[in-house]
Amino acid sequence: MEKELIRFENISKSFDSTDVLKDLTLSIHENEFVTLLGPSGCGKTTTLRILGGFEMPDSGRVFFDGMDITSLPPNKRQLNTVFQKYALFTHMNVAENIAFGLKIKGQDKSMIREKIAYSLKLVGLEGYEKRSPSSLSGGQQQRIAIARAIVNEPKVLLLDEPLGALDLKLRQDMQYELIRLKEELGITFVYVTHDQEEALTMSDTVVVMNQGRIQQIGSPEDIYNEPQNAFVADFIGESNLLDGIMVRDCLVNIGGLDFPCVDTGFGTDNPVDVVIRPEDVELSSSGEGQTKGRVISIVFKGVHWEMHVESDIGITFLVKTTDHFPVGSTVGISVDPYNIQIMHKPVSEDAQVYGQDESSEGEGYEP
Amino acid sequence: MLRYTVRMSRLKGKDMNRKKGRLLAIPYIIWIAGFTIIPLIFILVKAVTDVNGSLTSANLFAIFDPLHRKALLMSLSVAFFSTLICILIAYPASIILRTSRITNKSIILFILILPMWMNFVLRIFAVQLLISNNGVLNYILTAVNLPPLKIINTPWAILLGMVYDYLPYMMLPVLNSVLSIPEDVIEAAQDLGSNRFRVLTHIIFPLSLGGIGSGIIMVFVPSMTEFVIANILGGGKIQLLGNIIEQEFTVTMDWNLGSGLSVSLMAFVLITSMIFGRNNEDTAAGISL
Repeated sequence: MEKELIRFENISKSFDSTDVLKDLTLSIHENEFVTLLGPSGCGKTTTLRILGGFEMPDSGRVFFDGMDITSLPPNKRQLNTVFQKYALFTHMNVAENIAFGLKIKGQDKSMIREKIAYSLKLVGLEGYEKRSPSSLSGGQQQRIAIARAIVNEPKVLLLDEPLGALDLKLRQDMQYELIRLKEELGITFVYVTHDQEEALTMSDTVVVMNQGRIQQIGSPEDIYNEPQNAFVADFIGESNLLDGIMVRDCLVNIGGLDFPCVDTGFGTDNPVDVVIRPEDVELSSSGEGQTKGRVISIVFKGVHWEMHVESDIGITFLVKTTDHFPVGSTVGISVDPYNIQIMHKPVSEDAQVYGQDESSEGEGYEP
Repeated sequence: MLRYTVRMSRLKGKDMNRKKGRLLAIPYIIWIAGFTIIPLIFILVKAVTDVNGSLTSANLFAIFDPLHRKALLMSLSVAFFSTLICILIAYPASIILRTSRITNKSIILFILILPMWMNFVLRIFAVQLLISNNGVLNYILTAVNLPPLKIINTPWAILLGMVYDYLPYMMLPVLNSVLSIPEDVIEAAQDLGSNRFRVLTHIIFPLSLGGIGSGIIMVFVPSMTEFVIANILGGGKIQLLGNIIEQEFTVTMDWNLGSGLSVSLMAFVLITSMIFGRNNEDTAAGISL
């Protein structure tokens, strides 16, 4: 693991008596692509704004490269931000926008001109120096905003839902652009989004947040395959979220039927949450399996079929498979022990808040 | 064939709409013709003719007569300084309002507009009452053993009246343009290393120039042509070009000279408007000519 660059220590913040961040502690390392992921109002943007210097935490400290920067104003911080709505200076042309930070640092003109050309090349907009920002498309404006930030050679680039205003195709292209940029620049990216696909595609580390608390920190694979609680499981991808009872190590009872699994350390006869991903439910036409079920709906989704299967144990499974089974047919259902994910039930409501508007798109103002 | 008839009927529909649109425009055309175009032509014709109706340029150049030149100079300087003072009051106030924690800025706006609800002649009479030699101001000054001020019937009184009257017309566009700068643009400037002063000079000021331009037009133009304030607060002793034009029309009854001076004044106003009205299209508050 690389050296620690940023540390949030016990950060709390509230707006108008609403707690937005509750005792948040987080480390970010050099050259890491960290994504803060969560629904509207989970505190991810506030975390980023505290790092950028635009908000002061009510309590707690922020460290940058070992220095306490909690009360340092934004213009004194060695990081730059890419804003959701680009925030370009409309009274300047592209070159003047990009040169804005360099001029403040007092660099000489030929150097500035070189750096403008280089940063425009990085974002694929060579020769756009004299254009006015308002004459550019949304995607181009966002590239200029990125160029304007990275030209200052910050140690950390903060990105606040930078792709939120772009259409789907452009958003996917830009995801790969950002990964490429990060590799070329070799700096730390802190990225905020509510889009789980974006988070999984680009990040080294995903920080899942909800209601001002960190729910899980891990690699995209960890977050998807080993969600630590029902919120994470439900927010990242689709899943069958079931109630179960841990009979003993490596055996869980779901709906009266025992399923072998690989999890240990949950005690005996303890209620637990169980996650089974839709693509991990295996169907067979012969009717053989751990249990049987009847197909009640089927929808074509392109790569796979998505169906609902009502099982004999009283649970309706969401299933994704490349095989087609007609509605009404009887199928066998089985799940590989490795694909059953066991999680503790939430201890208190405060520790974990489940299912808070996970479908929210394009959030508006988020404190 | 079918497609063709469909297209034809659609075209007919469009034509009908166009005709209806034209019908709706008639009241406005009558309004503009009756109250702007025809009077303007009338003034222009009067300006280039003499009493006998023969062509002359004397009325147009009458503005350079010593008496008129003096009035024009007085008008220009009163208009210039009242506009300048309005900017000096309105701009810092707008910046303070933007950065203040007052959440309900519309109330402040309402208070600013409130005086505009009252007839401006009435308000000028109120100012007269306050600053006249035996007025409220001097009453207070003598009560605390200070020498009374002689403001009434001086250019200062006219300046005061104009600033008082026209400040909202400066305040509104300037405040509007300052408030409409998105917060994230200012944050971006800070993020790139600007301190508060640089944010003001490099971001807020250039982005609010449109509002200032509109304010200048809305204050400078009416104060250039003002004569009522000069009559009431100047006591007839200070002649603005507006007063002279008014007298040509109502006292001397020389409509040709009055028209000639009006046209010359209009030229001055147009030139200043063109100087400050440029590059205004971007701002919501902008009134571009």
